[in-house]
Amino acid sequence: MTKSLSQSRLPLYSFVVFVFLFAATPAEAHLNSTGMGPIYDGLMHFLLSPEDLAPVLALALLAGLRGASHGRRALFVLPAAWLLGGLIGLAATSSSAHPVISAFWFLLLGGLLAADAKLSLRVTTALAALLGLYHGYLNGTGLGLSATSATVLLGLIFAVFVLVALAAALVARLHASWARIAVRVAGSWIAASGLLMLGWAMHKV
Amino acid sequence: MRIARQQIITRWMTILLPMLFWAQVAFAHPQQGEARGFVTGFRHPISGLDHVLAMVAVGLWGAQLGSPAIWLLPVAFPMVMAFGGMLGLMGVPLPGVEYGIAASAILLGAAVLFEVRPPLALAAVLVGTFAIFHGHAHGTELPPGQSGLLYSMGFVIATGCLHAVGITIGAVHRWGWGQRLLRFAGGVVAAGGMFFMWKAVA
Repeated sequence: MTKSLSQSRLPLYSFVVFVFLFAATPAEAHLNSTGMGPIYDGLMHFLLSPEDLAPVLALALLAGLRGASHGRRALFVLPAAWLLGGLIGLAATSSSAHPVISAFWFLLLGGLLAADAKLSLRVTTALAALLGLYHGYLNGTGLGLSATSATVLLGLIFAVFVLVALAAALVARLHASWARIAVRVAGSWIAASGLLMLGWAMHKV
Repeated sequence: MRIARQQIITRWMTILLPMLFWAQVAFAHPQQGEARGFVTGFRHPISGLDHVLAMVAVGLWGAQLGSPAIWLLPVAFPMVMAFGGMLGLMGVPLPGVEYGIAASAILLGAAVLFEVRPPLALAAVLVGTFAIFHGHAHGTELPPGQSGLLYSMGFVIATGCLHAVGITIGAVHRWGWGQRLLRFAGGVVAAGGMFFMWKAVA
């Protein structure tokens, strides 16, 4: 019965699919016409820049370890500060990331995460604000003033928001001790990378 | 229900893990030298057998010692090793690095072989001291022209993976035959360390 029914509907389904295929508009994979390209540029820039990605991940994991309230605070403060820093940076003439300061963020956030530091909500907020302002400023100066800079910045901030939301939410619901230790190990890796960055910075001097 | 879910997860992990290990480097949006930096950094700790033996031995010993050493060592070791690497990068000399590395394999292997159970602080100091030697050697050997950050991340992650391999192998410690196997593995590590010490002295 079921089989005969589906067989009888097959031509109808085929017709609908056929019509949809013919009605399809041109693919806009490269996003030239939609104007969404700069959004994805910003998004991918963040996801492919470990010097931005790792401290944000460390902060998100740290906030997640401290609980949902810290996660929510980081989720909104960090992108907001990043946007503010970015807008200031867009107007700035020039600036470059100092490797020692970048290493400092790795060390600080990775170290706090590895130590499972019991931070207050105020400290988490301050860390999120400072990190967002610093990295947003650097991104803004890197972009410079152009027609698409603000859109790129928006994409970047969207990526920050999504990463913090996912990472903090994932960690906030972890209760198994081994899982929380795995998160702390990630923190020690980030801090260790920061120490080596510091060494690289001194090496070049 | 739970067993069925575990079976599904195990099946998927069996498929995914080999795929992850076979994955090639993504070149979708690399900055100059970055992908190479990560891969070179990742390969560095696993390219020298003396390092591999010592890192795996740390994991084996941690598994033998149980909690809290099993998690303290993997958390502390990368940071102490990176500190040694930083000293190496900065050009701070550390005498007898090769001897220290060979001694680390001998002593850590012996600790696993004889199931030595010192106080946690002493174990951490011992492992931390050796970590500085390993890190310093890596720091001074870093090739020029690499992307420092990605190289460092690859280097640290590879070291962490070697610890994880040791801890995973060490999971057999719960069984009698596993305890004997671990002690045998410790003996192999110590023998390897003696070979490297002989090479360093000769």
